[in-house]
Amino acid sequence: MNRFKIISAAALLSLFLTETITAQIGKPFIHDPSTIMECEGKYYTFGTGGGGLISEDGWTWNSGAVRPGGGAAPDAIKIGDRYLVVYGATGGGFGHGRKGRILTMWNKTLDPNSPDFEYSEAIEVAATESDIEDCDAIDPGIFMDPNDGRLWLTYGTYFGFIRLIELDPKTGKRIEGNKAIDVASACEASTIIYHDGWYYLSGTHGTCCDGANSRYNIVVGRSRKVTGPYLDNLGRDMIAGGGKLVAASSGRVIGPGHFGFLDLGDGVQKMSCHYEADLDQSGRSVLGIRPLLWKNGWPFAGEIFKEGTYEIESERRGYALELVVDFVRMERAPGSGRNATEPIKPVPGQQLADVINTWPTGNIGVRNGEYLTRPHQRWTITAVPDAGGYPGGPYYKIVIAGTDRALAATAEAEVITVPAFTGAPEQLWRIDQLTDGTYRIMPKAVPGSEEKLALVSLGDRTPTLAKFDMNSDSSKWNFKDQ
Amino acid sequence: MNIKRKTFLSAIISVILAISGLQGYATISGDKTDSKPQSDNKRNIAPFFTPATKAKMTPDADGFITRWLLLEPISKPNPRNNVFTDSYVRTAFTTEYFPNQFTGIPKDGEKVKVGEQELTWHALESTKFNVKLFRFASGLGLEPYGVLFWVVTVVNSPEEMKNVRMSVGSNSGSMWWLNGKEVAMLSEDIHMVMDDFVSARLTLNKGKNILRGAVINGPGMSDFCIRFLNEKGEPVRNLTITCE
Repeated sequence: MNRFKIISAAALLSLFLTETITAQIGKPFIHDPSTIMECEGKYYTFGTGGGGLISEDGWTWNSGAVRPGGGAAPDAIKIGDRYLVVYGATGGGFGHGRKGRILTMWNKTLDPNSPDFEYSEAIEVAATESDIEDCDAIDPGIFMDPNDGRLWLTYGTYFGFIRLIELDPKTGKRIEGNKAIDVASACEASTIIYHDGWYYLSGTHGTCCDGANSRYNIVVGRSRKVTGPYLDNLGRDMIAGGGKLVAASSGRVIGPGHFGFLDLGDGVQKMSCHYEADLDQSGRSVLGIRPLLWKNGWPFAGEIFKEGTYEIESERRGYALELVVDFVRMERAPGSGRNATEPIKPVPGQQLADVINTWPTGNIGVRNGEYLTRPHQRWTITAVPDAGGYPGGPYYKIVIAGTDRALAATAEAEVITVPAFTGAPEQLWRIDQLTDGTYRIMPKAVPGSEEKLALVSLGDRTPTLAKFDMNSDSSKWNFKDQ
Repeated sequence: MNIKRKTFLSAIISVILAISGLQGYATISGDKTDSKPQSDNKRNIAPFFTPATKAKMTPDADGFITRWLLLEPISKPNPRNNVFTDSYVRTAFTTEYFPNQFTGIPKDGEKVKVGEQELTWHALESTKFNVKLFRFASGLGLEPYGVLFWVVTVVNSPEEMKNVRMSVGSNSGSMWWLNGKEVAMLSEDIHMVMDDFVSARLTLNKGKNILRGAVINGPGMSDFCIRFLNEKGEPVRNLTITCE
């Protein structure tokens, strides 16, 4: 019995140590989240049924956002100094009829405690009659074209078409005389984003609202014109059900849906969604925030950084981050000639115990060097509980594998290792996957500085802290599993 | 490719050329003039160096410093470069080999005594962005392998420049001091790559700044390149370089 308990505890511990952190923490329970809005230093998202979530840092989310009107699947956008919130006034679907209504309303702030917090009267911009037309007016997604400032709204579900209408960005009303355009079918929770000369229409495909059995997945098509046609990677029109996958179930989270775009700048883009079921959180529907990556002109969801032991490789030259310590040689193979007759056998790699006593005990500098799988080049990266986070991730500590020696920022805006991790802000690291799949690594704080700096390879062999530059490989890193 | 293999390959090629009677001759058979290619056999520092003059010199178009005082190589036999760990390099470069090694600016033609060796400082200008120490030694008929080079230059700045960084590439390990303060150390068996190592932020004083360095060589090539970079990572060119 005791043995069983020990094994069970070990298995549980192993689960905690090896599983990816895949969703937000706190009480991030929501269905059909809106695009995440930043307002006065806090993050907001609204969900079906009214209300929504608030986060101080983008990682820990709790209930508290306020949206009147109930109904389904809201969205939000900031226009000037106001927020336009849109929602479907009915629940839609499931035999409840398709008499849907899309409404818009303004607010100067999203902070319910602000004296300026007051929603304007909701305005109807679209509606459908039950079972008369092939559309169900819920699930609005709102988009402002960065090229001309025109405001567009898509809406609809599996019951017929996704439709596109144009709104007046000054009033939130529908442009007079505007006629809806059908742009997709076989999906719901649509929204449009613009990237590099293309308009991308995302939709959620698959079964909704069945917990861990939901087949929800996010797909996308693209067009050179906002009005479509939106084609997938095979050239299939989304009107005909086409769509290239952006996000599907993975690991312990099932059924991503309701794509939202969050551009944090500097090449860091995130997508929000809800998972129909997070198996680590009672199988409930939770908010997810993941990196948004691009490949061959198509977006796809990256993964939240996985804890583990890595080579940290600079994209600049491919050298690996390492301690500035004496290199300890390994024995060379005897008789390496082609005719060597010695039996072939595996030899052990260099272990931490083989070298650690040759290292200084105080602070040790870091540099980049050719990766040789040595202990001074292997870093273990783990999330730090209660250290907060940022949209899509917690702060991490980065230590030499098997030790507590931690990577840290200095007041001189350089980077070193300290003998032991203390949890100080300069020892906490933010890791964001960039749109090209490489990573940005930033200390939570640089002592004595307000500047936001990132780990950058200034020379091939010289890591330092400097302003991040998405256009420079010197600013980017890769993590190679060890 | 490792050094041994390179040497072996050169030897094989030499043997083949010697057997075929082609060594040292151009392949254009009709040319009866001096068709010998430039080769090591000339034992001359040209075309890699010219004597330093007093003419105004700035860093080159990419910011590299090409006017230097070079000391003839100090003997430091090493059969391979793989012994150049951080500790080894630091010990080798902080050992005093001759008086005023870490202070002052030597003069062209000045001699120093290192053990049994009498070595001369040469004020030279590299014709390339990199200073080819191997060619300096071999061109003077001196041993280029298993040696340690000392170099000095004077960087004159029109104003105080803060947050400048010094970029170094060297073959093999090297150590550098600016105005007496260590600013860079490169260890291990490394090849010269521009911007391989970049120093921490430093300040160039208004007026003279003495830049001193040492480079170690085992059995292979040896050279270095140095430039200063501003906060944007751009080469600093509004400097003048002198040997005094």
